[in-house]
Amino acid sequence: MQVKDILETLEIAPRPGDDAERELAREVTGGYASDLLSDVMGHAREGQVWITLQTHKNVVAIASLKELAAVVLVKNREPDEDTAAAARAEGIPVLTTPLDAFEAGGRLYRLLRGA
Amino acid sequence: MEFSYDIAGGDFSRAGAASSEVKKILKQLNVELAVIKRVVVALYEAEVNVVAHAADGVMQVTLDSASIEVVIRDRGPGIPDIALAMQEGYSTASPRVREMGFGAGMGLPNIKRNCDSLDIESTVGVGTTVRMVTFFNR
Repeated sequence: MQVKDILETLEIAPRPGDDAERELAREVTGGYASDLLSDVMGHAREGQVWITLQTHKNVVAIASLKELAAVVLVKNREPDEDTAAAARAEGIPVLTTPLDAFEAGGRLYRLLRGA
Repeated sequence: MEFSYDIAGGDFSRAGAASSEVKKILKQLNVELAVIKRVVVALYEAEVNVVAHAADGVMQVTLDSASIEVVIRDRGPGIPDIALAMQEGYSTASPRVREMGFGAGMGLPNIKRNCDSLDIESTVGVGTTVRMVTFFNR
């Protein structure tokens, strides 16, 4: 499954960008929901979609270092300006869902695991 | 092979930059991915500790065929009780840092789990030196 395949389920409107197609083709292997950065650093795995309410630039640094598939910001949160710039530079999709973390995680789980 | 990176205290916009540079080098050198993943976690946490607590610091990386050694030396407040600081959940981070999702008391435990040997020396009011070694082909 690729990032583009989770957009509809999570009610995400993709942001237009030069590399949107390539970014949205990143492979999704799972999900991780947390707002504690060290928790994500220590326990998230490559290819996971990170569900969080944190919008600052360090989110991109962690997503890049951990090679996460994408960051999904909950409850219509938008990335800070420097976050969006860093995301473009690193090629990490930072997406916005209107859903809360429970709903987003639940839908993503069902989509990935078919439960 | 040796590399050195400066870390600016308080500048969260740059946090992770040094770790990212080291990761790129390790990938270019074809270090095993499992090792890179562990090293990156430990490096990032140590780098963030400097940003969150110290005035400034330096990350020195030494690579040979068997291991990677990283020494992070900072000028900062130091750690009065290292055993206490190592406890999961213990943190002295500021409210601002906690609001960003840092300062949950997981940094040093993350470092310990993700390197093969960890040595911390600290002098209160002077600074802290963290030395970590991770071996290849374990």
